[in-house]
This record gives sequence, C-alpha cells and structure tokens, in this order.
Amino acid sequence: MNIMSQEKLEEAVSGGMTAKPNEVIKMQGRKVGVFYGDKQALFDVDLDVRQNQVTALIGPSGCGKSTFLRCLNRMNDTIDSARVTGKITLDGEDVYDPKIDVVELRARVGMVFQKPNPFPKSIYENVAYGPKIHGLAKNKAELDQIVESSLKKAALWNEAKDRLNEPGTGLSGGQQQRLCIARAIAVSPEVILMDEPCSALDPIATAKVEELIDELKQNYTIVIVTHSMQQAARVSQRTAMFHLGYLVEEGATDKMFTNPDDKRTQDYITGRFG
Amino acid sequence: MPMIYFLAIVLAIGVAAYIIGRGRAAAQTGGAQKQHSRPHYHGWWAFMLAALPALLLIIVWSVGSSLYMERHVEAQLPEQTADSPIASRSLALGMVKSLANALRRLDAQALDNLPATFAELQPALAAKGAALAPDTQDYMIPIATEANSTSDTLRLTGGVLALALALGGAALGIRSIQPRARARNNVERVVLWGLLGSSMIAILTTVGIVLSMLFETFHFFSVVPPAGFFFGTVWDPRFAAAGATDSAGQFGLIPLLAGTLYIALVALLVAVPVGLMSAVYMAEYASRSVRSVVKPALELLAGIPTIVYGIFALVTLGPFLRDLSAALAGGSPFIQAQSIFTAGFVMGIMLIPVVSSLSDDIITAVPRAMRDGSLGLGATRSETIKRVILPAALPGIVGAILLTASRAIGETMIVVLAAGVAANLTLNPFEAMTTITVKIVNQLTGDLEFNSPQTLVAFALGITLFAVTLVMNIVALYIVRKYREQYE
Ligand SMILES: Nc1ncnc2c1ncn2[C@@H]1O[C@H](COP(=O)(O)OP(=O)(O)OP(=O)(O)O)[C@@H](O)[C@H]1O
Ligand SMILES: [Mg+2]
Repeated sequence: MNIMSQEKLEEAVSGGMTAKPNEVIKMQGRKVGVFYGDKQALFDVDLDVRQNQVTALIGPSGCGKSTFLRCLNRMNDTIDSARVTGKITLDGEDVYDPKIDVVELRARVGMVFQKPNPFPKSIYENVAYGPKIHGLAKNKAELDQIVESSLKKAALWNEAKDRLNEPGTGLSGGQQQRLCIARAIAVSPEVILMDEPCSALDPIATAKVEELIDELKQNYTIVIVTHSMQQAARVSQRTAMFHLGYLVEEGATDKMFTNPDDKRTQDYITGRFG
Repeated sequence: MPMIYFLAIVLAIGVAAYIIGRGRAAAQTGGAQKQHSRPHYHGWWAFMLAALPALLLIIVWSVGSSLYMERHVEAQLPEQTADSPIASRSLALGMVKSLANALRRLDAQALDNLPATFAELQPALAAKGAALAPDTQDYMIPIATEANSTSDTLRLTGGVLALALALGGAALGIRSIQPRARARNNVERVVLWGLLGSSMIAILTTVGIVLSMLFETFHFFSVVPPAGFFFGTVWDPRFAAAGATDSAGQFGLIPLLAGTLYIALVALLVAVPVGLMSAVYMAEYASRSVRSVVKPALELLAGIPTIVYGIFALVTLGPFLRDLSAALAGGSPFIQAQSIFTAGFVMGIMLIPVVSSLSDDIITAVPRAMRDGSLGLGATRSETIKRVILPAALPGIVGAILLTASRAIGETMIVVLAAGVAANLTLNPFEAMTTITVKIVNQLTGDLEFNSPQTLVAFALGITLFAVTLVMNIVALYIVRKYREQYE
C-alpha cells in the first residue's frame, strides 16, 4: 500500500502537481469525461484527491462539479443516460473496472447530498441503516455503539440522544444534514463526498457542519462542492476550479485564493462572473 | 310557460350582469383608487348575485309547488269507503296525476269542450298517445283540469318572482362595483361553498343508501331472528309461491360470508404478490422500452370485463383442472369443475393489473433522493427497494391492496360462473362455494313478493357486506398509521 502510493505520488509530481512528500493520493482522476446522452458535460479532467485533506470543488453553476463528484463513487451509474470515460482510481484501483463491486465502492466512498435526505425512519434506524446492510455490527450492543459514535462525530448526539426513536424527518434542516453525515460516517467510509452540504442551512448550522468537516478530515478524506468562497477558503486545503466542464485550475487553497494562475479563477473568486 | 324557460332567462340575465359588471369595473380601472379585484371578479360577482338566488328560488318553488299540488288534489278526492271503485287513495291520486298529464296533450279547443265521462274522453287521449288506466273515474276529470290550471298559475308566479329576483340581484351587483369593493373575496367564498356542497353530496348519498338499507334490514329482522341470520350455518331460503305462509326457510349468513372471504383470500394470494413484484420490476428495473410495452399490456388486462374471465374459468380452466386432478388421482377428480380455487385464481389474475398499476404509481412517486441516499451508502438495488422504497410506499400500497380486496369481495360474475351458486360450508378449496353478492343477485331476480323475507334478506346481506368493507378500511387505516414512514 505504501509502495503503491509512493508510485502514485511520483506520477502526480511528474504530472505537474505539487504534492508534499508526506501527502498520499487517495483518489485520482485522469482524462475523466462524462456524457449525458450525446451531450458532453465534463472534459478531460485530471484531478487528485489527497488523503486526510479537504478538497473543494468550485465553479459557476452547471460547470460539472456535481457530475465529477458523482463519478467518484459511480453514482452516475444510476442515471440511465450518463456515460463516463477516462480513468478514476481509489488507492490505485480503477473504480470503473468491471471486477469492482459498485456496492463495495460506495461503502468506501460515501456521499452526502445537497438536500438533506434522511430516510422516513427513526433517527436510530437512519444511522444504523448502512451498518446493518454491510453487517458491520455483530449484535445490538455493537450497533448501538456505532450509532452513538457516528452521531457524536457528526455533532448531533447531544441533540438527538433523547429522541433516537423519533423520525429523522422531524429534525430541523441543519440537524437533518448532520444526520445524513452521521449516516455516511456510520459505514466507516474512507472518502466522504459532499455536494453543497450547507446550501439548505442557516449560518449557525453551516458553522457547525464546517467545524465538523474540519474534524472529520483527521480520519477521512473529504471532497466538497461549494458555492461559498468563504467556505472553500475556511475548510479546504486544496481547491479545484471548474468552468464549462473543464478543470481550469487546481492547487493549494491558500494559493488559489491569493494568487491564482488563471484569470478565470481570479474573476470567479472575486465575484466578477459566475 | 315551463320552468325551463324561466331558468334560461335567469341565466341570460346572469350573463348580461357579468358582461356589464366586467365592463363597468374595467372602466373604473386607472382611476385614483387602485382596484381591489380584477374586473372579471366583479363580473362574476354580479353574475352570482343575479343568478344564484333566482336559481335557488326556482328549485325551492318547484319542489314546494309539487308538494302543495299533491295535497291540494288529494283534498278533493272523495272519502275512501269499502265500496269505492278504486282500491286505495294513493292509487286514485296516481290516476288523477296521469290524467292531468294526459290532458296537457290536448289543444285549447279540445280542452274547452271536454266530455263529462272518461269513456268519451279516452279515445281523444289515446289518439294523442296517452295510455290511461281503464278504470279512471269520471269525477277525476274536473279535478285534473283544475289541478292543471292551479299548477300553471303557481309556476307562472314562481317564474315571475325568480325573474324579478334575478333583475334585482343583477342591479345590486352592478351598482355595488367600486374600486375598493371586495369582489374577489366574495366570489371565492361562493366557490368554496360550491366545493363544500359537492363533497357533501357523496357523503349524504352514502348516508342515504345506508339508512334505506338499514330500514329494510330491520324489516327483515322482524321476520327472521338476527341470531338465525348471523350465526346460522345453513342457507336455504326456500322460495315459496307469493302469498304462501309456510315459507320460513333458513337464512344462515355463515356459509356465504365464509365463501366471500375464502374466495377473496385466494384471489389476493394470487394478485398481491404477483402484482407487487411486477410493479417493483416495472418501476425499478425495467428499461424504458420494456416498460412501454408491459404497462399498457397490463392495463389492457384490467379493461377486460369480468364476465369474460368468468367464461374463461367456466369453459377452460375449470374443466382443465378437473381433468388434471382426475388424471393425477387416477379416476375420480378431486377438483370440482366449479371450485373456490378456480374462482379465486381467475379473480386473482383479473386483479393483478389493479395491484401492479396502482403500486407502480406509488413506488415511482417515492422521491429520487431516497434512492440516491440508500445507494450512496452502498446498498444494492434490492436492499434499497426492500428497506427504503417499499416502507416509504407502504401506506399507498396498503391502500391499493384494500381497493383490490374490496373488488374481490364485490365481484359477482366470476363467482357465479367459476365457483357456482351452491351455498356450501367447506374448507376444501377444490369444492364449490358461493358468495354474498351472488346470493343478493339470486334473491332479487325472478318474480318475487317484495315484502317476503326471501327478498328482504338481500338488504341484510348488503348491509353485512358494507360492514365488512368498513371494518377492513378501519383496520387498514390503523395499520397505515402505525407503520407509516413519511417522506417529504
Ligand atoms: N441527469 C442529467 N441529464 C442530462 N444532463 C445533465 C444531468 N445532470 C447534469 N447535466 C448537465 O451537466 C452539466 C453539469 O451539471 P452539474 O450538475 O455537474 O453542474 P454543477 O456544477 O454541479 O452545477 P450546480 O452548481 O448548479 O450544482 C450541466 O450542463 C447539466 O445540465
Ligand atoms: Mg451541483
């Protein structure tokens, strides 16, 4: 595993990416293209996702951020008309390899959606859903343990511990989103993909989720789509800028926000278009 | 002048009020004050003020005057005595009414010199196509003539009143148009009442049906003890010639109720699993091209009249099963040509499209976000269906099954042809049995005396059927409440 990531690291460096030696590349996209029917929505995207870091995807609406994100755990498979080209790897393994089990992939690369979508079940059942499906708990006590620790990690435990049997849909929007994060954490994924997780939340709930993301990166690798420049600057270490289906520029967040190479990035960040 | 003309004039006044009102309101726009309502609301409000009270008056007046006429005529009829030529007063009343109607066909000249006896009058009426009872009495002729003229006067008065009301309403509506008048709120309130009224019609009709059935049922229970009906295990109503007194018979409900539930159960055992699975396949797995063929085909199946299924059971499936069982048992068949199984099975086939079509719609209505959420956690498609989609769709699916069950319980034709009309009580699904609906039809067809228990039992059976479906609905509602998983 170490040797493999070393190889990838070199590959990344030779590809022009600036990776510090202690950074491990968790997922990698090469020449990723996506077609919806005949229409191409994503063109030749080369992007690395580093382990235990937060990678932010930014860019104007319709530029293909969600599309790229959904490639990473093959959620695009659920759209009949979508077709993916190029290569995406997770720990060096091609995720579009026919030998790969999509179900297993999605357990390793979890997803939190833009709109909170708790199941119409109790809070407990929402969090326990993934572990039950994947058989992660041998007995009820273990399951309880997983639910509790996931809710704690998602900073929802204090609010939810007295109402675990109430429906998840009865929570507020921000609580629901944290419930969805807890649900994703409960299956112990390696990577968590978040598609505008705060777009339905108020500033306080947003701050909580951002704080949470910052903590989560110690154990997980995170890719987040956001429309908020402040959010990208606050939570991410790397930022990738998309425009019209192309990856315009990718780099360390500090650099992207202070001294971007591309004029389009500068314009977008300073709010001149988009 | 018949009431229908007044009705048309009232409506015409209403339309005129609408046009004038809208024009007037439109002319006021752009003034110093901002209009509260758009001009067409003012028009509608004027229409309503003109037409609705007048229409209401016409309806009430019509009903009232026909009630009045009835009493008015009845008061003129001679006292009923033992040797009256007509058996009863209500019969005489009916004769006067038909005579009055027939007289309206004659022209003015003929009416002016009416003959004094019915024997002379009859040919003239018969020539106009009016057939009257031959024992219509002479004394009825002046009563009928008088009744006609009274009701004409009444109608004319009512019509004129309605017209006056319509004109007054229209004037009021048009005069009240000012920029700040709240025509929109008024119109919407009237519409609201209209909607409320429409929904009341369904409820009141149901109540009316139940009450009338209850009434006949009590009548039945005054002849046959309720215990004998509800707990009796023998159905043998013994049709007797009208008027015979020794025709008690036995009216045991149990065999019929058991047959009804048994056949419905078999039908549901066939229809629900197959229908639900085909719905899941169509909603979740089928490609668009497969779906575009299978769904219409299934719906076509739903359109076949049940009698056709019955014929299929009677002619094809029943004999086939009998011969098959004979071959299996080596000699005597253990499946009758008419059996619960045959009827239930065919009924189940008939109900598959009902279950699948309804469930398909319900499953497709579960939001995509639910599917994505589950798939995104690494659940397979079938896990997603089992654990997220079906629970979310459960209330709807229970509703669909319930609807199916009521159809199974209410089905008659298939049962008659496939399970027979013999009221047996058995647990063997390969024997003949029959249902409540079949017996209701049975009891009400043929030449019967309406007041005999043999006929009245049909109402008791109907009420029982109603109660059974009601209980089923309540149970299902309870289940849905308890297990529902609400999604937004
Ligand atoms: N299911 C789909 N079918 C067809 N076209 C699609 C589909 N989903 C996305 N697209 C198209 O692909 C392009 C990229 O869409 P995508 O959702 O990735 O944009 P985005 O960057 O996430 O935008 P936003 O910030 O508004 O969420 C758009 O032009 C969109 O119209
Ligand atoms: Mg998006």
